[in-house]
Amino acid sequence: MMPGETPQDTSVHRATELIEFREITKIYGAGEGEVRALQGIDLKILAGEFVAIMGPSGSGKSTAMNIVGCLDSPTSGQYLFSGNEVGTLDRDQRALLRRNYLGFVFQGYNLLARTSALENVELPLIYLGMSRSERRKLSYEALEKVGLKGREKHGPSQLSGGQQQRVAIARAIVTRPAILLADEPTGNLDTARSVEIMNILESLNKNDGITVLMVTHEPELAEYASRLVHFVDGRIESDVPNQVRGRHVF
Amino acid sequence: MAALNLTFRTKCGADMFFETFRLALHAIFRNATRSFLTVLGIVIGVAAVIAMVTVGQGSTDQVEEEVASLGTNLLMVMPGATQQGPGTGGSASSFTIADSDAIESELASIRVSAPTNTRMLTAIFGNNNYATTVTGTDNRFMDVRDWNVASGRAFYESELRSGTMVCIIGETVKKELFGNSDPVDTFIRLKQVSCRIIGVMEEKGASSFGTDQDDLVLVPIRAFQRRIAGDRDVNLIYASVRDAFTTEKATVDIENLLRDRRNIDFGEEDDFGVMDMKQITSMLTGITNVLTGLLSAVAAVSLLVGGIGIMNIMLVSVTERTREIGIRLAVGASEGQVLLQFLVESIVLSVIGGLLGILLGLALGFLGAVVLKIPFTPDPKIILIAFAFSAMVGVVFGYFPARRAARLDPIDALRHQ
Repeated sequence: MMPGETPQDTSVHRATELIEFREITKIYGAGEGEVRALQGIDLKILAGEFVAIMGPSGSGKSTAMNIVGCLDSPTSGQYLFSGNEVGTLDRDQRALLRRNYLGFVFQGYNLLARTSALENVELPLIYLGMSRSERRKLSYEALEKVGLKGREKHGPSQLSGGQQQRVAIARAIVTRPAILLADEPTGNLDTARSVEIMNILESLNKNDGITVLMVTHEPELAEYASRLVHFVDGRIESDVPNQVRGRHVF
Repeated sequence: MAALNLTFRTKCGADMFFETFRLALHAIFRNATRSFLTVLGIVIGVAAVIAMVTVGQGSTDQVEEEVASLGTNLLMVMPGATQQGPGTGGSASSFTIADSDAIESELASIRVSAPTNTRMLTAIFGNNNYATTVTGTDNRFMDVRDWNVASGRAFYESELRSGTMVCIIGETVKKELFGNSDPVDTFIRLKQVSCRIIGVMEEKGASSFGTDQDDLVLVPIRAFQRRIAGDRDVNLIYASVRDAFTTEKATVDIENLLRDRRNIDFGEEDDFGVMDMKQITSMLTGITNVLTGLLSAVAAVSLLVGGIGIMNIMLVSVTERTREIGIRLAVGASEGQVLLQFLVESIVLSVIGGLLGILLGLALGFLGAVVLKIPFTPDPKIILIAFAFSAMVGVVFGYFPARRAARLDPIDALRHQ
């Protein structure tokens, strides 16, 4: 950690409510074909937590995650980020919220094609308005942190799935976000690769103080989290601390 | 409750501009195939229009230049009704030398008038023979056509009066029959008639229709009538209008004089025609303008096809681009930043394509001008129009799909299939 280098100071959010959902609903379509993806969700996530959202397909877990990430907007209800009403922000302000506070990891990696690992990681820093040398330095550090030192110049097609996902993690954390949002981060990976990814996420949470919100449907992976939230049919069925954290089953 | 820091921390001014420019260049080289195909569409469109219009314009200029070289104050008087087209009136009687002389001496509006008659004949020298046009006329022909004898001399007055078989040959005839040797004072045969060469005309080159103007033999008109044609006809009179008079006035004068001399009653149609070089010019430029129009239409189609090519490439890549935009939005790019990048990318591509297209178009136009032996006169207006159109196509099809994508919710852009 180099405090002077961080894009913004995220420490103020420690031990406060980082995310708060109040009666969030999300409805797709209208009339007969209407799908109620979220049916009034109340959820609070504190800074520093590692929350795993679980549930069957179509239970609304990814929808909730996308709303947290300002990638999607709720149909009704209030979403507070660090106490600020997100619904009142315009598109540009939501872009700034993503830029300054959020990091994303997707199931499908979502790296830019024909673009080296280094340049993919640099991408969010460009929008932060950082100089080239500054970007290079932070990106090398982030890639080293996920164990990809020496692979900076490789493009996505030259990297394995696990390596691509680690590039995606490096890209998500290079801005030192307040919260890392991971949507089925190991969904495309085998068990050994999944464990590597989970270990990285756990380390980021424990050692770097990054709040992690992860969506998964594999109970084994949820064991890494400090708190387990179960979604069923667009509602929260259970929300419990993880008693067995650290007792990794793999 | 902590206040969010939602202020832009971006560099501004030149720094930001260069960064965006660099990013755009980077994106162009990253998608080399797509960029190449886009540029190709623009290059072909711009080059086609410029090349076609340049060649078309060159032909028009060529025609105008040639007609101007004949002299804009030149009138051509031909037997036969103009309605049937000049030269087709077989029934109408020809003119005589006296008609030509009358036009020159009786009309104040005419400076000089040259009677001519022409036949296709084979000219023979030694073992060489060459089919050419033999024109019977006098020295006034050189005056009205503004055409001089290059070597040797013009006809003497005595030769013209007595109808001596002497001739002045064109450059092509000289080359065909004599090669590089000097033909003056040698004899050629025209229809069994021996004829002494007294001079060679200046080289004039091809006319607008590709006929070789240097392919001719001039003989005194009386000699032509007596020894070659066997009649007293004059089939074409060239008349040069005095500077102080309009060609319209001179045309009316000639018509009135000839109607009188040919005893055409009031109310009857003329059995001859007077053609103004302006008419001929407009007829010829009319033809080349049609050709230029056709070429331009073909070029416009190329431009359109190029545009469709660009559109196609952009639409095919829209899935990838939409996902790319989704990724950029997810990592924190604002709509404006994404759009600026795509706009700059489109502009850079279009400008590169446009410049290459201009170069290629001018090169092809120049090549066409050299091959067709026409003047090379590129039109800056057309270059600008072609460039602007292609650039617009490039920018529109590069920018608008991007704008649509950038306005989506990021998650929709990311999930775009």
